[in-house]
Amino acid sequence: MAQEEINKAVSGEYALGFEIDIETDVVPPGLNEDTIRFISKKKDEPEWMLELRLKAFEKWKKMEEPHWAHLTYDSIDYQSISYFAAPKKGPESLDEVDPKILEAYKKLGIPLEEQKQLAGVAVDAVVDSVSVKTTYTEELNKHGIIFCSISEAIRDYPELVKKYMFSVVPMTDNFYAALNSAVFTDGTFVYIPKGVRCPMELSTYFRINALNTGQFERTLIVADEGSYVSYNEGCSAPTRDENQLHAAVVELVAMKDAEIKYSTIQNWYPGDENGKGGIYNFVTKRGICEGDNSKISWTQVETGSAVTWKYPSCILKGDNSVGEFYSVAVTTLAQQADTGTKMIHLGKNTSSTIISKGISAMKGQNTYRGLVKIGANAHGARNYSECDSLLIGDQCGAHTFPYLESKDIHGQVEHEATTSKISDEQLFYLRQRGIDEESAVSMIVHGFCKEVFSQLPMEYAVEAKALLELTLEGSVG
Amino acid sequence: MKTLEIKDVHAKIGEKEILKGLNLELEPGKVHAIMGPNGAGKSTLSKTIVGHYDVEVTEGDILYKGKSILEMEPEERALEGIFLSFQHPVEIPGVNNAYFLRTALNAKRKHEGKEELNAAEFLREMKKYLEMLGMKADMISRSLNEGFSGGEKKRNEILQMLMLEPEVIILDEIDSGLDIDALRAVSEGINMMKDGKRSFLVITHYSRILDYIKPDYIHVLKDGRIIKTAGPELVAQLEEEGYESIEEEA
Repeated sequence: MAQEEINKAVSGEYALGFEIDIETDVVPPGLNEDTIRFISKKKDEPEWMLELRLKAFEKWKKMEEPHWAHLTYDSIDYQSISYFAAPKKGPESLDEVDPKILEAYKKLGIPLEEQKQLAGVAVDAVVDSVSVKTTYTEELNKHGIIFCSISEAIRDYPELVKKYMFSVVPMTDNFYAALNSAVFTDGTFVYIPKGVRCPMELSTYFRINALNTGQFERTLIVADEGSYVSYNEGCSAPTRDENQLHAAVVELVAMKDAEIKYSTIQNWYPGDENGKGGIYNFVTKRGICEGDNSKISWTQVETGSAVTWKYPSCILKGDNSVGEFYSVAVTTLAQQADTGTKMIHLGKNTSSTIISKGISAMKGQNTYRGLVKIGANAHGARNYSECDSLLIGDQCGAHTFPYLESKDIHGQVEHEATTSKISDEQLFYLRQRGIDEESAVSMIVHGFCKEVFSQLPMEYAVEAKALLELTLEGSVG
Repeated sequence: MKTLEIKDVHAKIGEKEILKGLNLELEPGKVHAIMGPNGAGKSTLSKTIVGHYDVEVTEGDILYKGKSILEMEPEERALEGIFLSFQHPVEIPGVNNAYFLRTALNAKRKHEGKEELNAAEFLREMKKYLEMLGMKADMISRSLNEGFSGGEKKRNEILQMLMLEPEVIILDEIDSGLDIDALRAVSEGINMMKDGKRSFLVITHYSRILDYIKPDYIHVLKDGRIIKTAGPELVAQLEEEGYESIEEEA
C-alpha cells in the first residue's frame, strides 16, 4: 500500500469542522486575580468558592508546567488565553435555546429537542462554558438524583460540593489541575443517592466553540452506597488555526457497593498534517473506590486533539473494590497522545484491569503510560494489563511505559504488550475476497478495538465505530 | 470460451524471475492440476493470477473471459469471480468470521447488482454449509482464522468458496495439513462446485488430493514453465518416477 495514498486519504477534511457563530461574552486574554474574580462573579458564586479559586491560583503560580510526557509542542502562553466565554442568552427552556446551537447539535447527531422521546438520555449540554440546557431533570428528581452544572451545584448543594470537590484530585495535584481549580468555568455535577440505580445513561456533550478560549471543565460524580450510574462524555470541536488549551478535571467517588461507569468519546480538532492547530488536551481524571465492593470503570475512545495528556485513574481504597480502564487511542496526522492509567491498590483483594489499544497512522505518536501500585496492606490485590499497539504505515510510532510498584509480595500482576502492523497479508486476504482496501483496514482496526468497544453503552459504541472510521478514512489506501 | 488464459507470462518476485513464459488455459467445468517440485513457481502462479502485491508481471498477459486483468486491483478480480484458497490463511484477530464473510458476499452481490443479504438470510446459508463441511457452530462467532487448527482453516476457505460461488477457483495446497476426515469434507465441498460452469486450478505437491478431486488435466510446472501436459494417468507416473523423469515436451 503506497504511503502517499494513505496520507492523502487520512488527511481528509475534519468532518466535524464547522463553527458556530454565537455572540459570546469573552473576557480579554490574560490571567490574574481579576480574571478569577470575574469568572466567579459571572457564575454567581458564593464567597467560599472564590476563596478556593484564589488559593488554587496562588499555588498554580508557583508550579511548573510538566514536561515528562512523551510529547513535543510549543510552550503555552497562559496570558494569551481568554478564560471565559459564555453564550449571552440564558435560556429557561428548550424554546429559548439559540437555534444555531440546536443546529450544531444536529450536525453532531444530538437532536436535543427529540431527546426526551427518543434516546432516553438526559443531556447537560455545554456549548462553551455555560450549560445551555439540562433535560430530564424531573425524571431524575423522582429518584433524588442530582444532575446539574457544577455552577448550579456550587450554589444549590454547597455541602456536597465542599465535601467532595478536591477530595480526589487535590487542587495542587498537578499544574493543570491547579489551573483548572482556579479558572474552571463549568462542568457537571452528579449525585446518586443510596441504593438508587440511575434509570438512564447520563450524558454531556462538550463543545469548544469561541475563538481562542480555553476550556476548563470540572466534573464531579458521587455515587452513594449501593448506587449505580453510567455517565457518557463526548466531544468535538470546529476547525481553527490556533492551538486551544483544554484542561479538565474529573473526580469520581464511589461509596460502598456503588458502581460508576464513565465513558468518553473525544474527538477534538486534531490539527493538520504538520501539527498546526488542534486542541491541547491536558486532563486529570481520577476516581476513588472509597467503600468496600465498589467499582469504577473508565472507557475512553480518543481520536482527536493535537496533544493528549490523560491518565484516568482509580484509587482502590475499599476492600474488594474494582478498577477498570479500557482505552482506544488513535493518533493520525501529526497527533501525539501520552495516555494510560494509574491503578492504586490500597484495600484488600482489590482488582484492576487495564486494556489499552493504541492505533497510530501517518505521523501519529502514541504512548501508553500506566502505573500499577500495590500498597503494603493490599493483600490479595490483582492486576491484569494488556497494551496493544497497531501501526498503519511506517512513519508513525507506538511506545509503552508500564510502571509497577508493589509493596505486597503476594500481589498478582500480569502484563502483556504487543505491537503489530496491519499486515499486508491480512489486507490482501480480505481484498482477495472482494472487500475494498478501505473497508478491509477498517475491519482489521475494528477487530483490534473490539474488547474496548464492547465496554461502551450500545449507542455510544456505534458512534465510536463511526468516528474511528471517519478518523482513519483512507489510512487505508 | 476460455475462462482464464495465461499467455507467455513472465513474473518476478523482488529481482528474481520465477515464471518464465508460462502458458495455461482454463475452461468451464474442467479441473486442471498443477504439479511440480518445490520452488518450481506453483505458489507464484496462484499469486500472479489474483494480483498479489509481491508479484510483478514483466511480460505476457492474463485474460479472464477475454479481458486482461493485469491492471485490475485484487478486489476487482475477486468480485469478477476469481477465488484463491490460500495455502496459509492469515489470522485476523477480533474480526468476526460471519461478519467478514457476509461483508465479502454482499460486496459481490452488490457488484452483480443483486440485493444484499440481511443477517438472518446470511446465517441460514452459512449454517447449511457449516454442517455440510462438518464445522462447529462457533465458527460463526469466532475471529477469522484466529486459533483455528490447520483443518479448520482449510474448511473455512472452502466455506467461503461455496458461499461466494466464484467461477475460477484456485486451490493452493488445499490438502496440506489435513487429516483424512478434513480432506474428505474439503473435497466434498469442492466437488459440489463442479457444476460445469466453473474452472478449477488445483495446485499441489502431492497426488493425494487428486484421488478425491478428479482432474481432467495434469500440468507439470518446472522452473517457471509448464513442461508437460497430460491426462490424469500422468499422476501415476509422477508418483513412481518423480518429477526428474519428466522431460520438457518439444
